[in-house]
Amino acid sequence: MPATDLKRADAASPGGGDDISSGLDALESPSAPAARRAAKKAVAPLAAIVFVLVVWQLAYALDVLSTLPSPASVAGELGDLWRDGTLLPALGHSLERCVFGFAASVLVGAPLGLLVYRYALVRTVIAPVLSAFQSLPAAALVPLAVIALGESESAVYAVVLLGAVPSISMGLASALDQIPPLLRRAGVTMGATGLRAVRKVLLPAALPGLVSALRQGWTFGWRALMTAELITATPLPGVGQVLNAGKESASFTLIVAAVIVILAIGVLVEALIFGPIERRVLRDRGLTGPK
Amino acid sequence: MTSTSVTRAAAAPAVRLAGATKRFGDALVLDRIDLDVAEGEFVCLLGASGCGKSTLLNLAAGLDRPTAGTVTAGAARPALMFQEHALFPWLTAGGNVELALELGGLDRKERRAEAERLLALVRLSGAHGKRIHEMSGGMRQRVALARALAQGSQLLLMDEPFAALDAITRDVLHEVLTDVWEKRRLSVIFVTHNVREAVRLGQRVVLLSSRPGRIAREWQVGIPYPRRIEDHDVAELSLEITGHLREEIRRHARH
Ligand SMILES: Nc1ncnc2c1ncn2[C@@H]1O[C@H](COP(=O)(O)OP(=O)(O)OP(=O)(O)O)[C@@H](O)[C@H]1O
Ligand SMILES: [Mg+2]
Repeated sequence: MPATDLKRADAASPGGGDDISSGLDALESPSAPAARRAAKKAVAPLAAIVFVLVVWQLAYALDVLSTLPSPASVAGELGDLWRDGTLLPALGHSLERCVFGFAASVLVGAPLGLLVYRYALVRTVIAPVLSAFQSLPAAALVPLAVIALGESESAVYAVVLLGAVPSISMGLASALDQIPPLLRRAGVTMGATGLRAVRKVLLPAALPGLVSALRQGWTFGWRALMTAELITATPLPGVGQVLNAGKESASFTLIVAAVIVILAIGVLVEALIFGPIERRVLRDRGLTGPK
Repeated sequence: MTSTSVTRAAAAPAVRLAGATKRFGDALVLDRIDLDVAEGEFVCLLGASGCGKSTLLNLAAGLDRPTAGTVTAGAARPALMFQEHALFPWLTAGGNVELALELGGLDRKERRAEAERLLALVRLSGAHGKRIHEMSGGMRQRVALARALAQGSQLLLMDEPFAALDAITRDVLHEVLTDVWEKRRLSVIFVTHNVREAVRLGQRVVLLSSRPGRIAREWQVGIPYPRRIEDHDVAELSLEITGHLREEIRRHARH
């Protein structure tokens, strides 16, 4: 990587003597591979972005779709949104709703998943309802929530919870179902019963599946939130309203800009939170190659 | 322990199977097993593959109920060392041992040192921080032994615990096991396919027949401890038992 090469050259030049430079090399060597690894990790997403931009620019240049805005004009639009103070508050409102909505969903969904796993009666009665909600598009939930709760924050949160909770509880229940019986029995012989079994054996054993369930819950919650923001007029505008503004004003540029923001948040949350957690959980259990 | 005088009959047994029968669907796996293991007794269980040894241990551990008959164990919670290591992959070797100690009620402060001691006992000092998937099969079995010992139960049930070990390590662990057994006055049921191992370790060797599993024969092993696997007496009795085991397996194969 050019960056590390430069650093190394800098470090070696003032010292002059071989001892010093090798000493500095040794000091630097642990960080150099880390930097290289980070750079390597960034290559794939960067390549994907460049690829999309190239295709987009080409499509624009060839005039495939007469309404398609150019990448440059969308970038300009994003800059305008930032400067006129629309983008940051909208992002803030949306993220706040999603984070709190997600946290509430975990607090409701995880215990619910445990109950579904543990009690046959709960499974018989609640699991089908949760499954049904999982297949229900958020667009169908919004009118319900609005009628029940008005065009309010509560309506938005209700939609997020209804989007996220079923995924989290059903995902957790199925992760618990898949625990090898041998491990459960080992826990029993060791005296892990009741809540201690949950804390010390069941949840750790189900953790890979739980992480997937949380990720899916987040994704569904985020999608539900965007739908809710798009079709309701809550007092505090979020990213979904930016999208709506684009639709109202028939501005393709604004719509594409909003879609890019929504996409970027999804990609970043995956790359910075769920991806690393999942890799860590799998690596601890020896479920992936030694990387 | 220098004498093998059996102290059975006196005290209540550590485990008692009385007419214990186990069916899986139509298959009769264990048929009216009567087996008493006295407090402090070391019993080895031999039998062809699939004859129901693991099933019997599961009954003794209380993990499974007999279809008919009764199983009573004196110890509140027997320690069972499973045929597969059954270690928790989200914990390190030391973490597994410490969890058993924690569930047994040991203080956080004492856990670490006790886990180190138990790992050293199974010749794994320094493996405390190792992940389960980073260890060899034999190392895993030794961690499982350390974890079983960490439970501090008076009744130890072991399902082919040393099958994946090299001969030298196995010899060492035989000594460790008989040592702990004598010091703690444990009661042990030890399942193995290795006749010499059974004679080396047990005060009594029980041979199970196949399909259905019944107690085919028992031997009291009068050889005084400490024994070695290459002892002449051990070899001699092993030869006799092996003859009977062969017979059992042959009968089984004809079915
Ligand atoms: N859960 C189960 N359901 C159905 N059949 C079972 C079950 N567990 C065991 N069996 C059957 O019971 C018989 C005895 O099994 P078991 O595991 O006790 O044998 P084993 O003596 O331990 O054999 P090995 O020496 O190979 O470990 C086998 O025929 C097996 O197929
Ligand atoms: Mg078995």
